[in-house]
Amino acid sequence: MSHHEVRPAELDIRDVSCNAGGREVVSGVSLTAEPGEVVGVVGPNGAGKSTLLRTAYRQLRPTEGRVLLDGADVFRMPRRSLARRLAALPQETPAEFELTAHDVAAMGRAPHRRRIGGDRLGDERIVTVSLEMVEMAELAHRQFAQLSGGEKQRVLIARALVQEPGMLVLDEPTNHLDMRHQFDVLALVRRLNVTTLAALHDLNLAARFCDRLCVLAAGEAVAIGTPVEVLTESLLSEVYGVHIEVGTHPRTGAPTVLFGD
Amino acid sequence: MRSSVDAFSEDTNQAVESNPAADSARPAPERVSPRERRVSYPVVLVLLGAALMVAVVVGLAVGSVSLPLTDVVAILGQQVFPGWIDPGWPATYDTILLDVRLPRVLLAGIVGAGLSAVGTALQALVRNPLADPFLLGISSGASLGAVTLLVTGATVLGTLATPMVAAFAGSMVTLAAVYALASSGGRMTTTRLVLAGVALSYVLSALTDLLLSTASDPHLMASIRFWRLGSVAGTEWRTLPIPAIVVLVGLAVLLWQSGSLNLLLAGEESAGTLGLDVHRFRTGMFVLVSLMTGVMVAVSGAIGFVGLMVPHAVRMLVGADHRRVLPTATLLGATFLILADLAARTVAAPQEIQLGVLTALCGGPFFVWLLRRQTRREKTDR
Repeated sequence: MSHHEVRPAELDIRDVSCNAGGREVVSGVSLTAEPGEVVGVVGPNGAGKSTLLRTAYRQLRPTEGRVLLDGADVFRMPRRSLARRLAALPQETPAEFELTAHDVAAMGRAPHRRRIGGDRLGDERIVTVSLEMVEMAELAHRQFAQLSGGEKQRVLIARALVQEPGMLVLDEPTNHLDMRHQFDVLALVRRLNVTTLAALHDLNLAARFCDRLCVLAAGEAVAIGTPVEVLTESLLSEVYGVHIEVGTHPRTGAPTVLFGD
Repeated sequence: MRSSVDAFSEDTNQAVESNPAADSARPAPERVSPRERRVSYPVVLVLLGAALMVAVVVGLAVGSVSLPLTDVVAILGQQVFPGWIDPGWPATYDTILLDVRLPRVLLAGIVGAGLSAVGTALQALVRNPLADPFLLGISSGASLGAVTLLVTGATVLGTLATPMVAAFAGSMVTLAAVYALASSGGRMTTTRLVLAGVALSYVLSALTDLLLSTASDPHLMASIRFWRLGSVAGTEWRTLPIPAIVVLVGLAVLLWQSGSLNLLLAGEESAGTLGLDVHRFRTGMFVLVSLMTGVMVAVSGAIGFVGLMVPHAVRMLVGADHRRVLPTATLLGATFLILADLAARTVAAPQEIQLGVLTALCGGPFFVWLLRRQTRREKTDR
């Protein structure tokens, strides 16, 4: 499979602050992702998870700080070069045209394509393989607009894979997915040997699949570390404002988060 | 039969949509996918190319004096290969065909192709299949620009200020305004887009009417009134070069950029992460689309709904990839408008009906159908 040849990237978010609507929504966050690492960003709604991710995939210029991919500032790279190294899954759906699932996934070849002329040899193969990886190959020629929410999300993940990136930035990749597909998508990300930064809502999934977690609260990184280090009862109860108990998964040993009484 | 099948599948889809947990349990679909039902792309191109040629020949043959089709082909052939064909037809045929009908048919074809391409591009730019230069008020802006110049005889820019330049300026300002209005303060929905277009369109038409009511020359006013509703009547050869060049070059640029138009369908942020400089691209496209619309409106008035109907029909034929949509829309649009113009001058002969009136008669109901479908989709969208 082609994805195995790609060298995983190294992400270095350095002291990043961002404003939105005149308000500082991310304040001085520093976070790294080593090659091949899967790093989760967790935190309550409005904590700045999406904003932080948007700086990483170059949609929002930070007011302070820098984002480096393999040591180079993402805002100084040519867009196409960045798109060949980094694939992102923003929270948006393609327009309601007559696009098929295959059309949407094939968009991921764009940064690799010559500006004029057709598809390169092998493009089609990568699209097919990627759709197979998210188990959407059989529905490839269905209209994207008519797929269920979960199917759409998987096609969008296939589009990111089609880019053959060294770095994935995923904003809530398990949104709209049922438990099995949540698990499958993150297990897939885990297998890929692609550095990943993902905003996740589900703390148990985050604990199960991430090497390290960054807990954001009100725009600040209040804890960064392995799931065991970070997911503590006191920290989570304070950050989420609800009593949370943390246990240990009987077999994987991962922290398991439960509501308290 | 077909409609009942479609209605059924739509229901099941909505059920699944509201229940994502049913994803894996969903039975494999048995029905033929739209892609498989489609005719292959080369076949579509060949058929539409043939249809365009037939439309040109018929458009040349039919009119107040009907010419035999064989003579039409022979006269055209003689122009391409002079001296090869023995002219056995009345000399008046030459005049009717070459001086009166040919420029008119060509302009109808050019404008039909251009409007369809502009509609296609606009729909990608605003990510909404309901966009059309007429519906978004861009044509009204162009009309206002051209009329302002004609009525006031403004010489602000000296020789540069031809009606075409004024129409270009009018359409560009309108497009910028409608985009800003529709996208300010949040997501651009169909409702916001259409309302912004309709509102602007009304204001601009009212301003044009106001201007016209101040005009003193009754002859000028009558000709402006006829032109405004869209018509290619009385086209002369000297009208053709500028629209032909602008539309052909515009088509070439759009085709060259068709990959980027595809990316816009993914969404603004996604297109950015796929390597497209969205703001720069969109600005460039807005200028191009305004230029094409302005020039077309200046020569043929505001012909509505072609840019709405043709891209939509084409997408049902060849899918959403702009590398296929644009060439196909060009052929279908040219054919459609040549035939519409043929109807415009024959249906109520010897009276001419404005082309814009005819396209609105087919386009209006089509728009309502699309609007219903679109808002239904937006409702089911999360």
